[in-house]
Amino acid sequence: MDATLLEKFDKDNIVVEKLDDLINWSRANSQWYFQFGLACCAIEMMATAAPRHDLERFGAMPRASPRQSDVMIVAGTVTLKMAERVKRLFEQMSDPKYVISMGSCSNSGGPYWQYGYHVLKGVDLVVPVDVYVPGCPPRPEALLQGLLELQKKIKTETPLRKKA
Amino acid sequence: MTFADIIKFVETKAAGKSSIIEGKEVILVSPNNWVEISTLLKNESKLDFDYLMCISSYDKGDNKTYGAAYNLFSTTINHYLEVRVETEDGTAIPSVTGLWQAADWHEREAFDMMGLQFEGHPNLKRILLSEDWDGYPLRKDYKEPDYYRGMPVPKDKTYWD
Repeated sequence: MDATLLEKFDKDNIVVEKLDDLINWSRANSQWYFQFGLACCAIEMMATAAPRHDLERFGAMPRASPRQSDVMIVAGTVTLKMAERVKRLFEQMSDPKYVISMGSCSNSGGPYWQYGYHVLKGVDLVVPVDVYVPGCPPRPEALLQGLLELQKKIKTETPLRKKA
Repeated sequence: MTFADIIKFVETKAAGKSSIIEGKEVILVSPNNWVEISTLLKNESKLDFDYLMCISSYDKGDNKTYGAAYNLFSTTINHYLEVRVETEDGTAIPSVTGLWQAADWHEREAFDMMGLQFEGHPNLKRILLSEDWDGYPLRKDYKEPDYYRGMPVPKDKTYWD
C-alpha cells in the first residue's frame, strides 16, 4: 500500500481490505440454509435453530426454497427414492453452494450401512459434501461446530481468482 | 366374546370355511372363502368387527407360501380377532377395501413389500418404494440390486479389514 493512499484514508473510518476477504466474510456470515429434513436429525437441526442455540447469531437462517439457499444441511437418512430429489434440489441451488452432511445416515448409511436395501450409503455419492458432522443424531453443538468449520473453509477461498 | 365363542359362531354361520392354527388363537382362511368370512365378521351384529387395526404380510420361507394377517377389533363389543389368509403360487387374495377403508393402504404396503396380489383393490400400486423398483424386499429370497438408477446400493467394502 503506498503512502499517499494510506494518508488519504487515514483520518476516516475506512478499512482497506482485499475484495476476496470481503466477499468471503459476507458469504461466511450469511449462510442461509435450506430448510429441509429427512429424518430424526431434522429435530436436532430445529433445536439448533431454536433460541437456545440460535443459528441466526451466525447469520444462518432457514430458507424454504433452494433458489435462495447457500448451504444444504442433509439432515437424516437419504433413501434411494429421496436421493434423486436431494440431487435435484442441490442442482437448483445457486452458486456458491455448500453441503453439510449431518449425522451417520447421510455420512455413511448409518445403521442401514449393511442390510439397508433402500438407503444410499452416504450422501456424498450424489452431491459433493463440504463438512461431515458425525453423531446419531449429532447434538446441536456438533452442528454448530460443523457450521463454524464451514465458515473457516469459506474464508480460505479465493472467489475472484481461479482455484489454485 | 372370547376366541372360542367367536370360533363357534363363525362355524355355525359358515361351516368348514375356516380353521384354527394350532396353539394360537388365530383363524386361518383360504383366499376362496375370504370374501364370505370377512363379510360375516364385519356385518354380523354379534361379531361387529368394525375396526381393521392392521394387515401384516409374511413369508413362510418355502418361496411360494405368503400370507396376510388381519387384526380385527370391535369397538362396540370390545373383542379382538386375528385372521390369516395364506396364498400359494401367487394366487390373489380378495381385497377387503369395500368393508374396511383402512385396508386400502395396508394392502398396498403388503403388495409393495411382499408382493401379495389383492383382487378388487381400486389402486394396487407401490406405496413406499418407487414405481420402477424391482422385486419385493421383505421376501426371504430377495437380493438387493447392485445399482439403482446409477446409485450403488451395497456398501463398497473392498478396502476394509
